[in-house]
Amino acid sequence: MKSLLTYLKHYKRETILAPLFKLLEASFELLVPLVMAAVIDTGIANQDKPYIIRMCLVLVTLGIVGLVCSITAQFFAAKAATGFSTELRHALFAHIQSFTFTEMDTIGTSTLITRMTSDVNQVQSGINLVLRLFLRSPFIVFGAMLMAFTVDMQAALVFVVTIPILSVVVFGVMLITMPLYRKVQANLDGVLLVTRENLTGARVIRAFNKEEEEKERFEKANQLLTDAQKFVGRISGLMNPLTYLIVNGAMIVLIYVGALRVDTGVLTQGEVVALLNYMSQILVELVKLANLIITVTKAIACGNRIQKVLEEKPSMKEGDLSWNPGAESGKEIPMIEFEHVSLTYKGAGAESLSDITFQAKRGETIGIIGGTGSGKSSVVNLIPRFYDATKGEVRIAGKNVKEYRRGELRDHIGVVLQKAVLFKGSIADNLRWGKEDACERELEEALMVSQAKEFVDAKEGRMKFQVEQGGRNLSGGQKQRLTIARALVKKPEILILDDSASALDFATDARLRKAIREMEGSPTVFIVSQRASSIQYADQILVLDDGEMAGIGTHAELLENCPTYQEIYYSQFPEKMKEKEAAGNGR
Amino acid sequence: MADKRSKKQRETLKKVFQRLGKYRIFLVFSILLAAVTVALTLYVPKLTGNAVDYIIAKGLVDFSGVFRIMLQIGACSLATALAQWIMNICNNKMTYQVVQDIRNEAFRKIEILPLKYIDGHPYGEIVSRVVSDVDQFADGLLMGFTQLFTGVATIIGTFGFMLSVNVSITFVVVLITPISFFVAGFIAKRTFAMFRIQSETRGEQTGLIDEMIGNQKVVQAFDRQEEVLERFDEINTRLRDCSLKAIFFSSITNPATRFVNSLVYTGVGIFGALAVVRGALSVGQLSCFLSYANQYTKPFNEISGVVTELQNAIACAQRIFDLIEEEPQIPEPENALCLTDIRGNVDLKEVSFSYAPKQRLIEDLNLDVKPGQRVAIVGPTGCGKTTLINLLMRFYDVCGGKILVDGCDIREATRRSLRAGYGMVLQETWLKTGTIRDNIVMGKPDASEEEMIEAAKASHAHSFIKRLPKGYDTWITEDGGNLSQGQKQLLCIARVMLLRPPMLILDEATSSIDTRTEVKIQEAFSRLMEGRTSFIVAHRLSTIKEADMILVMKDGKIIEQGNHETLLQKGGFYKDLYESQFALS
Repeated sequence: MKSLLTYLKHYKRETILAPLFKLLEASFELLVPLVMAAVIDTGIANQDKPYIIRMCLVLVTLGIVGLVCSITAQFFAAKAATGFSTELRHALFAHIQSFTFTEMDTIGTSTLITRMTSDVNQVQSGINLVLRLFLRSPFIVFGAMLMAFTVDMQAALVFVVTIPILSVVVFGVMLITMPLYRKVQANLDGVLLVTRENLTGARVIRAFNKEEEEKERFEKANQLLTDAQKFVGRISGLMNPLTYLIVNGAMIVLIYVGALRVDTGVLTQGEVVALLNYMSQILVELVKLANLIITVTKAIACGNRIQKVLEEKPSMKEGDLSWNPGAESGKEIPMIEFEHVSLTYKGAGAESLSDITFQAKRGETIGIIGGTGSGKSSVVNLIPRFYDATKGEVRIAGKNVKEYRRGELRDHIGVVLQKAVLFKGSIADNLRWGKEDACERELEEALMVSQAKEFVDAKEGRMKFQVEQGGRNLSGGQKQRLTIARALVKKPEILILDDSASALDFATDARLRKAIREMEGSPTVFIVSQRASSIQYADQILVLDDGEMAGIGTHAELLENCPTYQEIYYSQFPEKMKEKEAAGNGR
Repeated sequence: MADKRSKKQRETLKKVFQRLGKYRIFLVFSILLAAVTVALTLYVPKLTGNAVDYIIAKGLVDFSGVFRIMLQIGACSLATALAQWIMNICNNKMTYQVVQDIRNEAFRKIEILPLKYIDGHPYGEIVSRVVSDVDQFADGLLMGFTQLFTGVATIIGTFGFMLSVNVSITFVVVLITPISFFVAGFIAKRTFAMFRIQSETRGEQTGLIDEMIGNQKVVQAFDRQEEVLERFDEINTRLRDCSLKAIFFSSITNPATRFVNSLVYTGVGIFGALAVVRGALSVGQLSCFLSYANQYTKPFNEISGVVTELQNAIACAQRIFDLIEEEPQIPEPENALCLTDIRGNVDLKEVSFSYAPKQRLIEDLNLDVKPGQRVAIVGPTGCGKTTLINLLMRFYDVCGGKILVDGCDIREATRRSLRAGYGMVLQETWLKTGTIRDNIVMGKPDASEEEMIEAAKASHAHSFIKRLPKGYDTWITEDGGNLSQGQKQLLCIARVMLLRPPMLILDEATSSIDTRTEVKIQEAFSRLMEGRTSFIVAHRLSTIKEADMILVMKDGKIIEQGNHETLLQKGGFYKDLYESQFALS
C-alpha cells in the first residue's frame, strides 16, 4: 500500500494543503467555545448587550472563515484523491499491458479487472477521507489531552491511560478486520467470475438447460460473499460500542478523581466541567475516527491487492536491437532459425516442445502440421517472442530474438492468432491496428488479399461498419478474414497464420493462400493448420507429434518417409489412398 | 427534467424499500434500538451535570451522591453499548441480505435475458452492474442506515430536551435549522447527475478494460499497448474530471451545513445571553442549551453526508434496477408443450429473420427434415449458417414463418424441452470454471463415472485427460485457458456425447482438431448420429458426403439442395466449392 502513495507525487501541494486547511478549520472551531465563554463571563456578567452582539458577530465571522477553509480543504482533498486514482489506474493499466503471455495465463483476467475498477475506487475514497479527517481527529484527541494537563496533572493521567486503551481497541479491530476484508474481496471475485461466465457462455448454458444450476452456483458464491461480509460487519460493529464504554468509564473515574480533588481544594467545580468536556470531545472525534478507520482498512486491503499486481514483474527482459534483417550478408543467413529449442510453460510439468531445429529462408512458406496439443502454436509463438524458449535459441536474421526490441519485432511480424478477436470500432479502425497511418488503398489491398473484400462491400458503410465488442456481429469466418487483413496491413516481413483459416471454406482458404503468395515483398510465411491441403504446397512442412519433430521436408518427401504425415494426409484424402493402392496393385 | 429525475429517484427508492420489506423486523429493531441508544446518550450528559452539582467546592462534596451517579452512568453506558452493538448487527444483516437478494435477482434476470441483449452489451458493463454497482449501493445503504436512524433520533431527542428547558429559544433553533436541509437538498439534487455521469464513465472504462485486458495477447501481437493506453487515458481523464466534480460538489454539503450550525449556535448565543441579561434564563441553562444546540445540529451534518452517499447509492441502484427490469425473453405460453420423445422431425416454414430490421438476412427459408436425417449446411462464410443455429435452438426468435419440431411450433413448446432435444457443439468452445469432470457431466450431472469415461473415450478426450496431472479432476480456469483449442473442443464433444440427444447441431466443431483425431471422432459421431436428426455446419466436404441432404447456402438463402452426387451432377455452386478443395493452390 505504501508504495502506492508515490502516485500522489503530482498532488503534493493538494495533499499537504487539504489537511492543513482542515486543521485551520478545526482550530477556528476550537475558538468558538472561548468566544462563548467571553460572552458569559464578560457580556452577561456586565450586562453589556452591545458586547454580546459584537461577540456573536465574531462567531459568524469565524463560521465564514471556517466555511472557506473547509471548502478549500474539500477541493484539494477531492483533487488529490481523484488525481491519485487516475494516475494509479494509468500505471496499473500500463503495467498490466507489460505482462507477457505467461503472466496473463497465470493471473487471469477477471482478477485484474476487479483490481482496476472496484479496488481503485475503494482506495480513492480512502485517500479522500484520510486527507479530510485523519489529521483532524488525532489533532483534537491530543489537543484535548494537552488541555487537560494544563488544568490538572493528576486528572490528566486518566487521559494518559484512556487514550492507549482506546488505541488498542481501535487498532485491534482494524488489524483483525483487515485480512477479513481481503476475504470479502476474494469472494467478490467469485461472484464476478460466475457472472462473467454466464455472459460469455450464455449459449452453451442455455443449450444445456443449465440456468437453474447456474443460479444455484451463483447463489452459493453470493452466499459466501454475504457471510463473509456479515462476519466482518459483526466485528467492526463492535468498535463504536466498545469505545463508548471506555470513554464513559474514564468519565466515571474522572468524576471520582475530580470529587476527591475538589474536596481537598485543588480543583474548582468549573475546572471539573472543563475536564469532562474535553473527555466528551475525545469521544465525538473517536467515533468519527472509528468510522474513518473502517473505510481506511478497506482501502488498505484493496491497496495491497493492487500493490501485488504492480509487484508482479514481467518475466521477460527487453532487448535493444533494432530490426535490420538481411543487412549483413543477405541471403546466406536464414530468416528464421530454431536451434534445439525446447519450451516448458510456467507451472507445466512437462516440456511442450522439445528439441526443435529447422531453418526458414527469406520468402519461404513453412507449413506446420500435427495433432491437437502437438505444439504447433507453441512453435510460432516463439517467433514474435510471446514466450521465451527455455532451452536452445530462436534466431531471426542470425540474431537471438531476445536481443531485439519487442515492439520492433512485433511491428515486422504479422501474427494471426487462433482465436479471432476484433475490437469495438469501425472495420477501418480495426485494420489500422496493423498500421496506424495506413491509407485507404493499403486497407483495400489487405481486404483483397484476405478475401474479406466481398463481405465488407456488402456491409452497410463498408469500412465504416461498426464492429461490436469481440466482433459479435460478425460470423467466425468474417472475423478470421478481418484478423488476417489486420495483420497484412502492416506489410510484415514474417507472417504467421496460426490455424487462422479454420472457419473458412476450402475455396476461400485456397484463394487466400494464393493471394498471400502473390503479395509484394514476399514475406516469410508460417501456416499452422490441421488441413493437409492448406500446407501441402509449402516449401517446407514441419510435422509435429507431441512436441517433437516427426519430420520436415516437402509434401512429396514427407509422403515418402514420414509415417505421421502419411497418416494425416490419407485420412483427409482417402481418394489418394485408393489411387496409391490402385497404383501399387497395378504394378 | 429535474422533476422527472427526482421522480425516477423516488421510484428507485421505492424499489429498494420493497426489497427491504422482508427484513422489516430488523428495520423495526434497528429503529427501536437507535431510539434507546440516543435517549441514553443524551441522558448521560445530564447525569454528569448532576454529578458536577454534587462537587461544589472544598469540603462541599456529597460523596454518596457522586457514587450513586457514578453507578447510574456505568449502567447507562453498558446499556447504550449493548443497544448500539445489536443495532449494528441488525443493520448489517439487513443491508447484506438485501444486497444478496438484489444480486441474485440480477443474476436470475441475466439467465432469462434474450441473447440479443447479451450480444448487444459489453460483458464488462453488465458485470460492473452486478459487482461494483451493487457494492457501492451496499456501502451507501449501510452508512445510510446506521447514521440516518441515529441522526434522526438524536434530533428528535434533543428537540424534546430543549423544549423542556426553554420554548422560545427552541423556536429560534427550529427556525434556523431548515436552512441546513435546504442547502443539503440543493447540493444533493445537483450532484445526483454528476454521480450518474461518474457511474456511466466508470462503466465505459470497465468495458474498455474488459476488452483490452481480456484480449491482451492480440494487443501485444500488434504492439498496440501505447495506442490502447492513450484511449484508456482519454476515458481516465474524463473520469477524473467528472469524479472530481461529483466528489467535490457533494463534499461541500458538510461544510455548508456546518456553517448553518454555527449560525444556530450563534443565534442561541445571542438570544440566550440576552435572555440571561433579562433574567429569563440561568447561566447553567444557557450552557446546557448551547451543548444541546450543538447536539441538535451535528446530526444534520451527518445526515447530509449520508444524503450524498445515498445519492451515489441510488444512482448505482438505478443502474441495477435498469438491468433487473430489462425486458426478458418472450415468456413461454402457460400451456407450453413439453417436447418429449422427440422423433426429430424439423420443419422450417417460410422462415425469415434479421438481426437489424434494415438488413434482411434469411428470407423465405423452407426445409423439411425427416427424423434421423443428416443435414449438412455448406456455403461461403457469413452465408447465414450460424444464424440458422440461433433459430433452431431458439436463441433468437424468427421474424416471420415458423419452425416446427415434430409438428409443434417451437414457440409453443418450453425452451427447456426444445434445447434438451438438441446436442450442440459450437464453433467457439466455452468451458466453465471447474474440473474436467464438471464440464463433461454438465448436461447430465448424475452420470456415473463409467458413463463419463465412456463418453470421454468415445470423443477421444480420454487419452489427453489421462495425461493431465490430476486427470478428470484437473481444474480448468476461466475460458479453459490452460487447454489447447483442440482439447477444449474435444471436451465440448464429450459433453454432448454423454447426453445422446435426439437432435444434433455441430457447428464447425471439428475445425480445430487434427485430422487423425477427427477421423476417430467422425466415426464416433456417425455412431451418435445414427437415427438422430443432425445439422452439421462444416467445411470439410468429405465429411458431409455421407449426409442425406446438403443445403448450400449463400447470402442467407438456400440456393441448392440435394445429396452429394446429385449436386455434383447439377454442376452449380456446390461443384465449385467441392472442386476448390482439390484445386491447385
